[in-house]
Formats: sequence, structure tokens, C-alpha cells
Amino acid sequence: MADQELVHLTIEGAPVSVPKGTMLIEAAKQAGVMIPHYCYHSGLPVAGVCRMCLVSIEKMPKLQIACATQVAEGMVVNVMSQQAKEARKGVLEFLLINHPLDCPICDQAGECELQDFTFQEGRARTRYTPTYAKRFNPVEDFGPDILYVPNRCILCTRCVRFMDHVAEDPIINVSERGDRAFIGIHPERRLDHPWAGNVVDLCPVGSLLSKDFLHKARAWELDKTASVCTGCSQGCNINLDTRNNVVVRVRPRGNLEVNRYFMCDHGRMQYRWMNRGDRIEAPLVAEGKELVAVSWDHALARAAEVLRGASGKAVVLASPRASTEALFLVKRLLERFQLTAAFRVERVAGESPLPGVPNLALRGERAPNVAGAALLGYAERQDAGQAFAGAAVGLVLDDGLEGISAEQLRGAAQLIYLGTMLPEAARGARVVLPVANVTEEEGSFVNRDRRLQRYFQAKAAPGMARPAWWVLGELLAQLKLGGPFDSAAEAFAWLAAEDGRFAGLSYEALGTQGTVLPEQRSAKVGA
Amino acid sequence: MGYPHQPHPKETVVLSQYFGEAEARTYDGWVKRGGYAALKKALGMEPAQVTELVKESGLRGRGGAGFPTGLKWSFMPKEKKRAHYLCCNADESEPGTFKDREIMRWTPHALIEGCAIAQYAIQAEVAYIYIRGEFTEPLRIMERALAEAYKKGTLGANAMGSGKRLDMYLHRGAGAYICGEETALMNSIEGRRGNPRIRPPFPAAAGVFGMPTTINNVETLTAVPHILNRGPAWYKGLSLSNPKSTGTKLFSISGHVKRPGNYEVTVGFPLGELVNEMAGLRDGRTLKACIPGGSSVPILNREETESCKLDYEGCVEKGTMLGSGGVIVFDDTADMVYQIMRLTRFYAHESCAQCTQCREGTAWTVRILQRILAGQGTMKDLDLLLDLSEQMTGKTICVLSDSCAAPVVSGIKKFRGEFEAYIKGARKPVLAHA
Repeated sequence: MADQELVHLTIEGAPVSVPKGTMLIEAAKQAGVMIPHYCYHSGLPVAGVCRMCLVSIEKMPKLQIACATQVAEGMVVNVMSQQAKEARKGVLEFLLINHPLDCPICDQAGECELQDFTFQEGRARTRYTPTYAKRFNPVEDFGPDILYVPNRCILCTRCVRFMDHVAEDPIINVSERGDRAFIGIHPERRLDHPWAGNVVDLCPVGSLLSKDFLHKARAWELDKTASVCTGCSQGCNINLDTRNNVVVRVRPRGNLEVNRYFMCDHGRMQYRWMNRGDRIEAPLVAEGKELVAVSWDHALARAAEVLRGASGKAVVLASPRASTEALFLVKRLLERFQLTAAFRVERVAGESPLPGVPNLALRGERAPNVAGAALLGYAERQDAGQAFAGAAVGLVLDDGLEGISAEQLRGAAQLIYLGTMLPEAARGARVVLPVANVTEEEGSFVNRDRRLQRYFQAKAAPGMARPAWWVLGELLAQLKLGGPFDSAAEAFAWLAAEDGRFAGLSYEALGTQGTVLPEQRSAKVGA
Repeated sequence: MGYPHQPHPKETVVLSQYFGEAEARTYDGWVKRGGYAALKKALGMEPAQVTELVKESGLRGRGGAGFPTGLKWSFMPKEKKRAHYLCCNADESEPGTFKDREIMRWTPHALIEGCAIAQYAIQAEVAYIYIRGEFTEPLRIMERALAEAYKKGTLGANAMGSGKRLDMYLHRGAGAYICGEETALMNSIEGRRGNPRIRPPFPAAAGVFGMPTTINNVETLTAVPHILNRGPAWYKGLSLSNPKSTGTKLFSISGHVKRPGNYEVTVGFPLGELVNEMAGLRDGRTLKACIPGGSSVPILNREETESCKLDYEGCVEKGTMLGSGGVIVFDDTADMVYQIMRLTRFYAHESCAQCTQCREGTAWTVRILQRILAGQGTMKDLDLLLDLSEQMTGKTICVLSDSCAAPVVSGIKKFRGEFEAYIKGARKPVLAHA
């Protein structure tokens, strides 16, 4: 891209230089100033209606809205001028006169911009006489997971603009005029667009609510962890909201290169399995016909023994939900065998795009690390059950074994099962090693556009379950092939050192936004 | 002229000359009265020359803002790269204003001719006349006149044989006051909700359908043929007070007067004479207050009314605005508190609901005024009204909330005693509930 023309200005005393055409509200972020706002959202067209972002600009008689005022050379902006503060205080008072002030029972409380800015800049008391009736409209059922509480609505129109310009399914609007206005919905439609759930995130107040999250937790009880959605191969950046070691909500996390500020409703619902209680909580080894719980030392020794004693053909069936690290380590563990590396993935016909964002859709391949598995030499085999026949060792990495029989698995002389749950078919395994799921470990996925993205640990793994990178690192160490690793970062560092396509990368460099793996690099180091 | 009254000798009759003459509504009747000569003349000139003439005349927008018309036209791109549009604002909805209605009722061809000239000057092939939905009779008359103009070849693909395409469409509003705001009007033409747009971009850069657009009021456009026929110097000569305000202006007088109606006077004409002599107060009554430019402008008291000169500068000098020329007269029987409440109720009803201050502030203002009228007000309420009005002024996309605040602020300033009378119980409540 050609050099962009820079404009120099001063915001709250701080000099900033931003590209020509930037709006003041964005320029202020660079000066470390967050100008209070409601209707503005970087992912939506500017509306300029809430009038909350009014600021003083030297040499301009009137206050200007920062969301729709372009920067100009030498501009001097005062966000905290008396005049601007008074104006915002006025807006806050106006917004509250018809607001029910039902924060104690409102889901948004604690993460409500109306609350936050009122505490920050508003009046302590209203001057709206208590005898005046407030605007009242009943709660409406807008869609499968969306409730509209009109009494709390501040008519910022973010939801309307999202549906009009991003989802491009204009089925909601501002109905009526004046203080009777509310968000109306097409009489014969529901807010059931595959990406409709974003209106709940966009709503700055508790007016649009998720039924799934309704009254589930208070915002201040939640811990947020950066993660990557496991719903498909798009790799939307997300935050996992956890409360007492339970994931209660999934929300999009900004990444301009992938999902901007959005995620689809399918992805949003991918959290119940993360909390499942029917987990393997201890390492198991076969004693006769029984699997018995043992210590990690015992189980790892048994697994190492199995691997040491076998030769010839080996088969690994890995889940494309496994981390890139684990997928790599498994292959190194079995490198001296004649190896068949396979994965299976749920495929759904068709995609559900979000039209307003380029290259963003709920993809047909419903797992987050299909590209990572393919990159590391795993082949997709829907008939993976057949692959075990004649193998000396079979290893399963968190594949649920749906559709694969115990009989098929017995095709391999000895089976090692690494997983979160114990499917019936896996009961014939020699060793069962309990691993952490995506929320319980650190790791990375490669999305369909070769973007390598990290996810972080949101909660503790149950019982003795450990991250797959740790388990595999221990086994590699026992076999003197590599490892062990003290952290996922170490495991990744080994991958980066051993595989040319990951050369030069580190967890630190990946950060929270990830990076695209360069094309046409060889797996060989130094190539 | 003060149709349906006889013209008053002090009027300067230009635009309203044929009010009341049914024949002037027809194409032939209009041509007989010199109609379409100005258009013919304009089509023989360069578009820029036409704009220059209008600039020279000093004509200013009659819709309320008083922006110099020729200058506005000159903002249109000189080199036409995309479609240009002309919008004629015939959504006359300002309480107290009914001049455009009469222009369209009696002289539809005058408006068509004015539009056609403006269209030619700004190189717009298409003009939209956005007509207020409630104007059923003017709409019918305009439709008929437009059909005639097309039939006679005055409009169409080869307007008056000039080789130029001049198309004109009537677009009927659906009853929202806010659609008279220029950018809301454009949204409405486009089939969107009539919400004012944030500026920039201004209409000359991106107006209706995102194309360069000029929007003028009915009265403004109707004055254009006269300027072409009689020359800018003649028009410029019509000025009684300030040389920056020229021409004639129609004033719609309503309220406590004997002869309400439209009066056409040279700008700079004394408001006092218009009210007291031409419209005339009812017998035995004295003047209390007057709104000179439609309900959106600050109220004048008696002294101010009687010394106000009816031009843009003269009104500003008195702390008000010439606005649309809707003169609302209040005599000593008027209850100013009630009248102001009634005005604010209109604005609260018509707020488009976009800007917070307007959506919530207009309705709150009404509630406070109703509370005062119900005898439940406090002295603090007056300060509150003034503070809310301050919050509602100069902070929103359009000026609807400013318009709601204007009569409140000027009313409290000039008629505080009447407010206090309700608050202190000296006047009986007129509303049962707050």
C-alpha cells in the first residue's frame, strides 16, 4: 500500500498522527482517550445519533460528534472540556428518564455502557419528577436466542445497522417516532439469521438479551479467556466467559483479519460440551479384561512399553480439534513406524456467510484445526475404522470413535487411547490417557486461511487429565525422542525448530491475534 | 395578496398576483399571463449565466434558513459527471405557514417554471417536487398542471424544443413534519425512513440517491421566473431595510387577527404594520406576542414586534428569525404557557427519534409544561426547562430540538410572569393532570 497521508492533531493535550479521513473517535483511541459513545461501533456504519461523543474543538463554536468528524491538520480537541462534559451529562440524563433502572435484575449490569458512563460522567440524581410515567412496552421474543426489552432500549440503532449493513437481512427497524420509538421487527420474520446473535453483543445496554445466557451469571463474576472458536474451520477469535470453572458464555473477540467483531450463532453454542462431566479423570491401563485407574507414571510407562515393543505399521486417528502441538508430537512419537495418519471431520453442506465481512462464514467443515492436521500430514479418511487393520500400534487422539467398532479397533495389535471421554469402543485399549479439552489447555489451531492462532486456558482440567502436549512430551521423553515439556510454549518451540513451515514463530510472536503461515515453505528445517 | 381578502395597498404583489384566478392554473391561462417566457429565456442562456442572474438578484431561501439561492446553485459540480437532481421542498408543515400551499393551489405553473429553470441552471435532468401528504388539493392541481406541461412539450425529453431533458416528478409525503428537513426529505424520496442525515456530505456533494442535489423551497423557486423576466436589478431594488435581503416575501398570518391570510410585502417591511394594519387585531384587543417566522423561531413581545423589520437581519436583530414567514399573532387573551406547551407537543410528536436530546428532551419539556399548567409546577421547573433547552440547542443532527427549545426559552424570558402565575397559584390550573 502507498504511504498514507498523515494528519497531525492534539487530543486532550496528546499529539497524535493518524491517516487522513480518520474519525476523531478512532484518533482519540491512539491518544489513549476513550470518548464515551453509544451508537458508534467500529464494525458498523456511523449513525451519529446518540450524541454522546460530543467534544469541543478549538475554533469551532459548536460541539462536534467525534464519531462523524474527520481529523484535520492542527485540530485541537478537548474531550473533557466543561462544555463537552455538560453535554454528555445531558445526554445521560435524557437516556435515563425513560429507562427502568432495573440494573439489579438486568443481565447487562456490570458490562453496561449506560451504567458505566453514568457512573463516570452522569448526574447523581435525575431531575425527572418521579411521578412521570416511564415509557413502557412489553418484552418481545425476537428470535430463537434473542429477547428484546424495549424499556431498556436507548435506540442507538446498532442492532438495526448490523442487520441492515452487515448481516444484510434488514428485518428490524426503528418503529414509531419521538419518545414512543422502539425497535420493531418484521411481522412475519424472526431474528434467526445465522449471525443474529451479534446484536446481543452489540447492544450497549440490556435491551437485547441472549435467552441462553439469561439470568445465568452476573457480569462481574465472569472470567474472560482468549480462545478460538471450535465450531468450524474459520477460526473466529472468541472469549470464553467462565464462572467457577464452568464456561457459561462464548463471545466474539476482535480480530480484524478474521472475524472483525462477530461470530456466528453456531459457534456461540459450542460450549456445553466443554463443561461435560462424563470425563476420564485418571489414566487407565488394561489388567485382564478390565481397565484400572493408575498413576501417570504407571500409565506412561505402560504406554512407552507398548511403543517400544512394537514395529512395522502404526495408525493414528487424530481429532481435528486437537492442538497443532499435539498433532505434531504424535507424529514424532510414531515416526519410526510405517505410519498412517488420519483424521475425520464433520462436514455440512453449504456455508452461512456474514455478507458484510469479506471471507467470513460458518464453514462446512466443523472443526477448528483441519488445516493444521492437513499441514502436518494427516489425511482425511471417513473410513478411518478400516485403517487399523494389520497395524502393530493404533493411537487415537481424542476422536470420539463414533461409527467405529471395537472390532475394527482390534485390527491394531495394541491400542493407546488419548481422550477426554471414554467411548465404549475404546475399552479394548491397552492404555487410556486422559487429556484436557480446548478450554483446559493452551495450544494453537491453524484456520482454513493458514492463520495460526493461539488459545488460552480458561479452566482447570478435571481430575488427573493433562494437556495432550504434556502427555505426548512425557512419552517422547521415555522413548528418548524429545521432550518433556514444561509448557505448551515449549512444545510449540520444538515444533517451530523442527518444522520449517513454523520456523521463527513463537507463542510470544503469535500473541492474541495469530499470524498467517507463509506459503511454500518446506517442512524441512533450513530449506 | 391577502387572498381571500382584497390586496392591501401596502403589499407588493409579485408571486401572489394571480391568487384567486382559477384561469391562471391552466397552461393557456398561465401563458396568457406571461408564463414560460422566463424558461424559454433561460434555455437560451448558459446554465452558469442563469445561476449568475439569481446570484445578482440577492434571492435567499424562503424555506427558513435564508441561504443565498444563487450561491447554493453554484455549489453544484460545474462539470457534470453523475446525475444531478433538483428537489423542491413543498412539504410545507411548519405550524403557522401556508404560503407554499397557496402558490401551488393558484399558480402551479409558476412553480413548474421555477423548477425547470433551476433544473437547467444546475444541470439536473430530474426534479422531485416533494409535496406534503395532507395537501390533497394542491397535489391534484399540481398533477394536472404537470400533465399539461408535459403535453405541451414544456417538460420532457426535449423541453420547449431546447433539446434538453427536463423531467419532473411529484412525490407525496406521508405526513411527517421532519420530512421537510432537506436530508430527511431526500431519504423519504429514496423510500427510506425520513430521518435527517449527518452532514457532511452536503446535498451538493451527495444528496438524493447519493448524487449532487440542490434543494429549494417552493416560494424561492417561484420567484426565479420573475427575476429572469424583470432582471436581477429590479429584484435587488425590492429592499426596504437591509441590502442583503431583497425581493418580496409571502407572510402567512394566523392567530388573533381579523384578516388571516397570505400577505406579500417587500422584505424589510415593518412587522408591526403587517400585524396591526393589514391583518388587524380583533376589536378592543391589544397585541401581546408574535412569532414572526413559523413556530420554530423565538417569540417576540409587543415592543419587539412593533419595531421588527421583516428581513433576515432585522429579525436576527430582535433575537428571532425570519424563518418561513409564518406569522402567528397572540393578543392579550392568549395564555402563553398553554400556547408554548402546545407548540412543544407538536415537536415532541414529530421528533424523528434519532438524537437523544430531541427524542427525550422534547417529550420531557412537554411534561414539565403540562405540570405547570396543572398547577403542580415549581420555580425550579423554569430553570429545568431552560437547562433542558440549552441541552437541546445546537447538539443534534437537525434543528428540530432547537426549534422546540426556541419558544420555551423566549417564552420564559419574555412572559415569565405567566409561568409564575401558574406556579404560585395566581392562575387557575387549566389541565387536570400533569
